[in-house]
Amino acid sequence: MPELNDTATARATATVSPAGTGDVTPEKPKKETSNSLWSNAWRDLRRRPVFIVSAVIILLLLAISAFPGWFTDADPKPGDLTHFLQKPNFSHIGDADWFGYDAQGRSIYARVIYGARASIIVGVVTTAIVTVLGMLIGMIAGYFGGWVDAVLSRLTDIFSGVPILLGSLVILQAFTGRTAWTVSAAIGVLGWTQITRVMRGAVITVKQADYVQAARALGAGSGRILMKHVLPNSLAPVIVVATISLGMYISLEATLSYLGIGIQNGISWGGDISDGSEQIRNALHVLLFPAGFLSVTVLAFIMLGDAVRDALDPKLR
Amino acid sequence: MGRYILRRLLQMIPVFIGTTLIIFLAVYALPGDPVKALFGDKAADPATVARLKHQYGLDKSLIEQYWMYLSNLFKGDLGTSFSQREVSDILGDAIPVTIQLALVAFVLEAVFGIALGMLTGLKRGKIVDQIVLVLTLLVISIPIFVIGYLAQVYIGTKWGIVNPTVTDSNDITQLILPGIVLGSVSLAYVSRLTRTSVVENIRSDYIRTAIAKGLPRRRVVGVHLMRNSLIPVVTFLGTDLGALMGGAIVTEGIFNVKGVGNTLYKAITGADGPLVVGTVTFLVVVYLVASLLVDLLYAVLDPRIRYA
Repeated sequence: MPELNDTATARATATVSPAGTGDVTPEKPKKETSNSLWSNAWRDLRRRPVFIVSAVIILLLLAISAFPGWFTDADPKPGDLTHFLQKPNFSHIGDADWFGYDAQGRSIYARVIYGARASIIVGVVTTAIVTVLGMLIGMIAGYFGGWVDAVLSRLTDIFSGVPILLGSLVILQAFTGRTAWTVSAAIGVLGWTQITRVMRGAVITVKQADYVQAARALGAGSGRILMKHVLPNSLAPVIVVATISLGMYISLEATLSYLGIGIQNGISWGGDISDGSEQIRNALHVLLFPAGFLSVTVLAFIMLGDAVRDALDPKLR
Repeated sequence: MGRYILRRLLQMIPVFIGTTLIIFLAVYALPGDPVKALFGDKAADPATVARLKHQYGLDKSLIEQYWMYLSNLFKGDLGTSFSQREVSDILGDAIPVTIQLALVAFVLEAVFGIALGMLTGLKRGKIVDQIVLVLTLLVISIPIFVIGYLAQVYIGTKWGIVNPTVTDSNDITQLILPGIVLGSVSLAYVSRLTRTSVVENIRSDYIRTAIAKGLPRRRVVGVHLMRNSLIPVVTFLGTDLGALMGGAIVTEGIFNVKGVGNTLYKAITGADGPLVVGTVTFLVVVYLVASLLVDLLYAVLDPRIRYA
């Protein structure tokens, strides 16, 4: 039956929805085995072309940001004005002039490779901050309920009332010498509300399940119930939201850099896109390559999140 | 209904106070001296600094400053910006422009987003659906300032269809291109959200019943399917209205639209505290009112929801 379903599932994967609602595909019911949700999901994911493509892109990007020296011998920093705005030479794959040169005569290929690290760090660190904060607050609010929930829910309302781009602009404006870490911290402090809401909803559902009642009847304390039962069973929607937002944070960092309030030290795609936009009338390639790398990265995370959501959505089983 | 609205209005008060407090603290409690920044690179005269600090109340404690701000706010006074102009005055010029721009973007994303979403949802798996899915995904992943620049250079400069920059911000016809750029990402979201919702509802029992009892297709799609599918879309559109007003920072900058986003960006980079706080306060109010309207609209769209 897998062969029959491939096209249908491939279509379903290409869906993004901010509310996290799943796409329903008319799929034949699978034979119920004793496998868990996670191993089912993994079996399902391995067959999805969208998942494979996005996973390969992400792994490649991780390799580029960890070991940029593997991918280019060129130095991204010194400029040589004899190469001023030189056009790309597509036959020189992997050479310094592959993607051409920017207005300061720097190799765009080298800058794109060395710029990956900043974007990946911002994406991963911000998502980590947001996920930890969001899960913690959402879990406490959902599990304990009552006044704790009332206070934390109002707090969530307050933070989601601050527009994230504007809020991080105001915060980052106060700091000089901003690095990828500063930017991540500023976005993370403001961005946790979405995961909190998802987590709170999931916990409230799980809390009423029979197995949680059974665990409590057997004398398990709050800590044990939270860690052993509530957390693993409410993880799925959080993972989906976190993966999709990772791409969004990378895009947000680029926007901040474009506005001149992003990463100051080192090379970043956002900064290079911003430089490239000044040359847009003379040499489009200066803008196009960093923007293209950025977009492909964002796209890969969105598609991965979509594929994971479809695989984890019990409605599809 | 009346009691529900009252309760929601009361709930908005702590959220309003909390959100403005966060922005207030971010502006005044973080490192960086706004008054010194006024002098630029020149050495600041200590007497002038002290006088200015006193004038803007910056010599008081943060709590006192915030209390002063709140009590002035309830008198309708947003304070004076560091450029010596009344904040309410500056906003009074910028808000109508941004409302027009947001309206253009909002109408575009609502009309085309829902239309595309209905189309792709009904033609699921067909070639139209695939193309729209890929295109919307692309729009979502390309940063908005890249879309803005490309639109400006190609549609504005190279093909000369419209002016590349806005010369008169109050002329709504000049705001159409910036509006398209501003609304493009949300349009993609709306169409995907509508599609997902349509696909989910089209297999529901009530649609089958409606077809089985012989209703014309127009009525099944237009009333039964659309009204039910639009519930999550309305939530998104409502919260997006606030985002469009504030998110216009980038678009307004590229096209030189003199709206709220542009004002705010200049205020943030110029460390003009009173203007930043005043502008963000306005945006928070927009956000709160929009989310209240969304909740009230639910009752219209979905009669199953009743407010006690």
